[in-house]
Amino acid sequence: MKSVRIGAGLGFYGDAWEPIAASIERGGVQFIASDHLAELTLAILQKDRQRDPGLGYARDVVPLLLRLWPLMQRQGVRFVCNAGGLNPQGAAQAVLAAFAAKGLKARVAVVSGDDVLPRLADPAGGAFEHLFTGAPVASVRERLVFANAYLGAAPIVRALDGGAQIVITGRVADAALFLGPIAHAHGWRLDGAREGEGETLDRLAQGLTVGHLLECSGQGSGGNFGAQGHWQSIPDLAHIGYPIAEVWADGRALITKAPGTGGRVNFDTVRQQLLYEVHDPHAYHSPDVVLDMSGIHLEDLGQDRVRLTGARGRAPSERLKVVAGFRDGYKAEVTWGFSWPDAWDKSQQAQATIRAQLKERRVPHDELYVEYPGLNSAHGPLAPLPAVDALNQLNEIWTRLVLRTPEKAAAEGFGRLFPWMGLSGPAYTCGFTGLHNVSELLGIWPTLVDRGEVEAGVQVAFMGEAA
Amino acid sequence: MSRVRIPLARIAHARSGDKADWVDFGLFAWNPAGYALLAREVTAERVRAHFAPWLPGAVEAWALPNILALKFVLKGALQGGGARNLRLDNLGKAMAAALLRLEIEVEAAELEAALQQPRVGWWGEA
Repeated sequence: MKSVRIGAGLGFYGDAWEPIAASIERGGVQFIASDHLAELTLAILQKDRQRDPGLGYARDVVPLLLRLWPLMQRQGVRFVCNAGGLNPQGAAQAVLAAFAAKGLKARVAVVSGDDVLPRLADPAGGAFEHLFTGAPVASVRERLVFANAYLGAAPIVRALDGGAQIVITGRVADAALFLGPIAHAHGWRLDGAREGEGETLDRLAQGLTVGHLLECSGQGSGGNFGAQGHWQSIPDLAHIGYPIAEVWADGRALITKAPGTGGRVNFDTVRQQLLYEVHDPHAYHSPDVVLDMSGIHLEDLGQDRVRLTGARGRAPSERLKVVAGFRDGYKAEVTWGFSWPDAWDKSQQAQATIRAQLKERRVPHDELYVEYPGLNSAHGPLAPLPAVDALNQLNEIWTRLVLRTPEKAAAEGFGRLFPWMGLSGPAYTCGFTGLHNVSELLGIWPTLVDRGEVEAGVQVAFMGEAA
Repeated sequence: MSRVRIPLARIAHARSGDKADWVDFGLFAWNPAGYALLAREVTAERVRAHFAPWLPGAVEAWALPNILALKFVLKGALQGGGARNLRLDNLGKAMAAALLRLEIEVEAAELEAALQQPRVGWWGEA
């Protein structure tokens, strides 16, 4: 039976691309799919676009392709990514301009139509209730900075069917970056899914599961594997191989990685990724299929090979998920070290001084958040703290103070409350940082939108020419 | 019969992730005996009570015996979401380890069974 092999690209904007080279050269893949967009990456891209309307995409796609496209071309590998972010057209133009300078060529398809900000920003556009709280979007409408619907695999299939060698999308469901090439390779129809064709749905569910296992790069092959007493057994993470899937036409799949690479693909590392960022595992929603994981069977075959069967699919919803971001005040952040003796008491006294100054100067703020890196910043009150006497005997106490305020000027003034204490405050301090460490905060607004309205505006445009 | 008190880290591994203001956990036993202990002891209510002194949000739970795993979602865990959370761990990446601090009380023989063949998967032993 025919099979297709697809390898993981990046797992986020800023991830390493060198491991992809091993998948291309030794992993026998026909496709690489690369996920550049975490939930709030669009917020970063929005700031770029405000500075320069030509930006708004994940810029790492350019150096990634300059390094890897010659290898991919040699092996006939095609590349699918969501690096387009808020500006897929701009990303494609940047890639083709960089290619032209190096004498490289490619047929590129651009998928657009995920931007739904105009709908959410329109006071007559609907309530767009928050998916978790039910609140109407009106409460944050004036402060929205982006709103994008998660598209499915269909436009990616269209792009690949049309001969694209590189597909650049904006927001699509992460796993759809993989389901698209798999469906294209096997001729799986996506459009029957909503009519509930059972066998088709189970195949799509297998393809979606493969995408979910590969969309976080090394996290699917032994990276970020937390198991006390066992994580040390994962070999050579410095040269990790990103996961690769082989998928047969009936949906059966094998998860593996390129030979000679580090990391580990086994029952444990694969199942950790299977449940990552999943809520109800009996109903994992995507635009193409709703996945039920309760029948999934992971068979560990050894030698970094895990067989995946048993995913079940149900018809997808008539609505698509949207993630929007809205401006939500500012933070200003300071870190300061206090040395033995009495480091804990000195930190407390410095904090009391700062609180008094905030009050005396009537600095508007919602909270002053304090944590102690090295003691409780990872687990808060669940991390047991020593008694005060013992804290005062510690070698040093690092203190991180973060001001949350609706006013930019208040945030910008926060760091300047501290330096005078170097000469006129508690003794034996060091390592002050944060004189100008201010950033804007963003709230997140998950909601739903009718899929028909969005899909009517989805476009696949072709640029460039094949070599 | 003697009873022992252990943190979940002795018999399980975990990974956490974020979606908006919710943190989710996969909790994994090393073998079927360990899974039986997790399924009996680590209820949604136990997880809620464990996090309550820090993050008093609601908890939902699902069982996946097919992969010897439990799934939990802790709501209201990230001060409204990763990009407005003031904590150093703004995405809750280290929170799986906080779950593994949860202590349960089990029979000594049950613990021994949960530690038998502690590696279900292939670990490439030489």
